[in-house]
Amino acid sequence: MLYREALNRAIDEAMSVDETVVVLGEDVGLYGGSYRVTEGLVAKYGEERLIDTPIAELSIVGNAVGMAMAGLRPVAEIMTANFALLAFDQIINHMAKYRYMSAGKITLPMVVRFPQGVSRQLAAQHSESYEQMLCAVPGLIVLAAGDVNYAYHALKYAILSDDPVVFIEHELLYNKKGEVDPSESLDPFKARVVKEGKDVTIVSYLKMVDDVMEAVPEIEKKLGKSCEVIDLCSLNPVDFRTLEASLKKTGAIVIVEEDHKTGSYGAQIVSWAAEEMFYSLDAAPLRIAAEDVPVPYNRTLELASIPTPGTITERIVEWGEKNGL
Amino acid sequence: MNKLLAEEIYYEMVLGRLFELAAKEHYMAGDIAGFLHLDIGQEGFSVAAMKAFEKGDVFTTYREHVMAIARGMDPKAVMAELFGKATGVSRGRGGSMHLFDPSHFFYGGDAIVGGQIPNAVGCAYARKYQGRDDGVMVIFGDGATNGGAFFESLNIASTQKLPLLFVCENNGYAIGTKITRVAPFEKQAKKAEPYMVTMEVDGMDAIAVYEAVREAQHLIQSGHGPVFLEAMTCRYEGHSMSDPATYRSKEELAICKAKDPIERMEKVLTTTYGMGTEQLEALKARAQQTVDDAVAFADASAEPELKELFEDIFCKGCANV
Repeated sequence: MLYREALNRAIDEAMSVDETVVVLGEDVGLYGGSYRVTEGLVAKYGEERLIDTPIAELSIVGNAVGMAMAGLRPVAEIMTANFALLAFDQIINHMAKYRYMSAGKITLPMVVRFPQGVSRQLAAQHSESYEQMLCAVPGLIVLAAGDVNYAYHALKYAILSDDPVVFIEHELLYNKKGEVDPSESLDPFKARVVKEGKDVTIVSYLKMVDDVMEAVPEIEKKLGKSCEVIDLCSLNPVDFRTLEASLKKTGAIVIVEEDHKTGSYGAQIVSWAAEEMFYSLDAAPLRIAAEDVPVPYNRTLELASIPTPGTITERIVEWGEKNGL
Repeated sequence: MNKLLAEEIYYEMVLGRLFELAAKEHYMAGDIAGFLHLDIGQEGFSVAAMKAFEKGDVFTTYREHVMAIARGMDPKAVMAELFGKATGVSRGRGGSMHLFDPSHFFYGGDAIVGGQIPNAVGCAYARKYQGRDDGVMVIFGDGATNGGAFFESLNIASTQKLPLLFVCENNGYAIGTKITRVAPFEKQAKKAEPYMVTMEVDGMDAIAVYEAVREAQHLIQSGHGPVFLEAMTCRYEGHSMSDPATYRSKEELAICKAKDPIERMEKVLTTTYGMGTEQLEALKARAQQTVDDAVAFADASAEPELKELFEDIFCKGCANV
């Protein structure tokens, strides 16, 4: 099953079990979704439940907030993270805060989902990552689907949960193949140990997990060490238990992310490691992130601006040798 | 309008004004902090709109104490919220600008200018989907009609024929800037004309407001789609307690006060319904007692416990269904 099909299946199943689930966004109905995530659903559930909205992101999320207040379970699709910026007032000032400001009187069972990240030459206004901003806002659950099976389970959970969830996808993952096990009872807040290892913990999420996995054989060969790879899955809250267990075993942490390095999400993970795991660490943490430039259009420059399997290998090997790993 | 309703609207207007005067006093005394936006002068609109839209969902702004009370929320709990106490409607976490009570279909208390309008659109969509025809009323000031959220909402509500009543409470000032300096005309309903039926009412006349809101609600309940109602009002105080309102002349304020909604209603009660001065005084005394009780309650209430700091961020115990 493809990643986009797994997302489609999650929405389909949620809609079939609960008629309060509605989907809204640009092109989600008749067109079937820009990334074909909602393909076929309008035929099944009708235009009342697959709502084609104008290009008005603030309203897409704002309307979803009002729908959720009134007892529906809206799933709002924003075409890309960059456009979600237009809806940040509704995401941050309303979606994240109404429950707290109303002392629990208002419940917002809603999901806002969008893809982000560097795809192929879409330039800076279609390539950014904003998890660092969203995770800095208390009141939002932020999930990042890098894995097909996780995408299915986590999205279904998000739709049927009573809390507001921002569900982040990645532009380049929609056609990724994977197995989905619907019978599994998967905890969406638990980090996924993609590969076990004993010497270095490499933490990542979304598409970078795949790039890390591509780099790992070479890293292990060059350093003569074994790597444990962890896909965070839930960015807020973070499954620090899994990270802690891994760090106690390996004593070294690397975070790989596609976001710009300054103020990045990964800085928070490294900061946790420094504060909480200092005495378990045998080496200074390593952060591998995108360069602090708006993502360029030119393919060579674009690839130079973000981590790739090649640069991930290079940086980790260099760091490993310097730290005597 | 029957006598009983007229009397009730009058009582709640008086209650609202006395409540606001008490809030002002306790703000000056330091019992209430943060932002405090008083409704004094606009009670006729606030009370009558709530009474008229008795059933249905209401979304409004940060100038909402009087509306919240007219909607049925306990003045004690509203005052306690202003004091930031644990007995407040939002347990001291929302303050003056964030009064919510879904059991009274009252959603705010929203402090982002125009931010509640798209939420109301979504609620109207949900009500239509659920087959409920009470409709939704969203109240905002004239200053909110210049932001993108407003225009997005007009477009969507009208395209979808939603049972939504847009109400612009036009007091002529976007905070401290005269609306005609930031919009090309005085009446903001003009902006809605291409999208929906628009109506105008004298917001200083509670009976007229009541009737206009009733009429508009009947329209939106009939499947006709959204309606835009503009109520021209005057606020006597500044935008908030931190605004001395030096931008308004004494003459302008005097013209405002000559239209006082409470005095106007008093005249109606005495001339049309034959109420005597004693009866009016008794209503005023009852309202004052209610306000005094609210203040005493707020004052005596406990501060929130520190453990509440972390409560209600997420829906603990609400199982994933």
